[in-house]
Amino acid sequence: MIETKDIVKGFGRQRVLDGISLKIEKGESVAIIGRSGCGKSVLLKTIIGLMPPDSGKVIIDGQDITRLNERELIKVRKKFGMLFQSAALFDSMNVFENISFPLRREKRLSEDETKQKVAEALEMVEMPGIELKMPSELSGGMRKRVGLARAIVYQPEIILYDEPTTGLDPVVSDSIDKLILRICERLNVTTVVVTHDMRSVRRVSKRIFMMHKGKIYATGTPEEIFESKDPIVKQFVNGESDPKEVFFL
Amino acid sequence: MATGIVERTKEIIGESLRGLGGIALMTLESIRSLLHKNFVWRELINHIYFIGVKSQSVVLITGAFTGMVLCAQTFFQFHKVKMDTATLAVVSVSMCAELGPVLSGLMVAGRVGAAMAAELGTMRVTEQIDALRTLATHPIDYLVVPRIIATTVALPLLTAEAIAFGILAGFVVGVYLMGIDPAYSWHNMAKYTSTVDVLTGIIKAFIFGAVVSLIGCYKGMNCSQGAQGVGKATTEAVVFASITILISNFFLTLVLNKLLA
Repeated sequence: MIETKDIVKGFGRQRVLDGISLKIEKGESVAIIGRSGCGKSVLLKTIIGLMPPDSGKVIIDGQDITRLNERELIKVRKKFGMLFQSAALFDSMNVFENISFPLRREKRLSEDETKQKVAEALEMVEMPGIELKMPSELSGGMRKRVGLARAIVYQPEIILYDEPTTGLDPVVSDSIDKLILRICERLNVTTVVVTHDMRSVRRVSKRIFMMHKGKIYATGTPEEIFESKDPIVKQFVNGESDPKEVFFL
Repeated sequence: MATGIVERTKEIIGESLRGLGGIALMTLESIRSLLHKNFVWRELINHIYFIGVKSQSVVLITGAFTGMVLCAQTFFQFHKVKMDTATLAVVSVSMCAELGPVLSGLMVAGRVGAAMAAELGTMRVTEQIDALRTLATHPIDYLVVPRIIATTVALPLLTAEAIAFGILAGFVVGVYLMGIDPAYSWHNMAKYTSTVDVLTGIIKAFIFGAVVSLIGCYKGMNCSQGAQGVGKATTEAVVFASITILISNFFLTLVLNKLLA
């Protein structure tokens, strides 16, 4: 279970997270939505311990991780898999080396078993046989799939997705959404998706947290959020700009 | 105006102290990783190849031409007072204790320190270091320690090569170009070059190796976002490592002479 209690995180004078409290149950599939720059990715990185909060607590399966040092966090992070917005593949390694990286660090599997696991992970993301390709040879969608294969190869309990469909065309976005659903069902993992792709939200999540000005502004099922009468939620869900806001000056 | 200068001075001092603190913490964490053997051996071998083998040409050319020019200049001065055969002794002592380690250190700082800062900086801005951390790997174990060990092992060896090539090249210039007697030159060189000179050079190279890698890794791991951040980190890594080598060399000369003599 993931729980955050009054998380505050700022950069300089700007307070990005301003008292975020949420609870995500084991096996649940949730989406965190909100406008660009509202702190969604920062929240995700705080949950996995990549960014320590200024105050507040992050509790993973009953353990407060905010006071752990980097070495202690390593043990907690073994529960997590994360897909980054840019996929963050190691560009000096080929696809096989990228996906086998967490397995090789554990040193528990033989070379043949590692190859088998990598092949299975690539099969699951529908990219078989590309082990020898370098990240620079892959398209945006392919990179995300390989990033996802790397995140699931060691069968984590929780998978975090940081804007998995950003920058992809609608067809590829759809296939990534289906992939997220399939992984969630097959591996029975807790899924947290940060996105502002509303089509994707509707498909992959059972519960939505909407962030606004550093706080959780609204929570509910996709139906509740999409049918909300609240002007801020409605504006975001329908993608309507406010004429009073000047974006391009 | 005066307030502005005070504020700027405070800022510079604060930044320098933060940098020193950061390097100290990184050193501490690296020692911890080293003691617990957490670092990755395969990475260490790759880095020894890149830092040691691939830097040889640069360091050997530097050593050889420094030995040659030092021999020529020393000969021009010594010839005036009929001390031609002492030329190679000066070349040898200078190459062993000072020029060998310092110039090798500076060349490696330019080549390797810059590469470290640029590579780690790029990994940082493209979230590859974050990805490493999410894959339950400590960046110090995987990225920093292998680089520090590789540089501290490779630089003394490179320095030894640079010294040998410098003396050899100086000998060739002195004997075949300047016409110095080879037997006397060799005799004087062996007589005046002590073990202390050689040891001083190797110990300095070992320390410079640690300086170059620590500064390169620290700048890369802490670079600011964007291409400009990576560029700044790379420049700072080379500049700070070079200045640290030059300043620490003076103090190392005094301390090592006192300790080893």
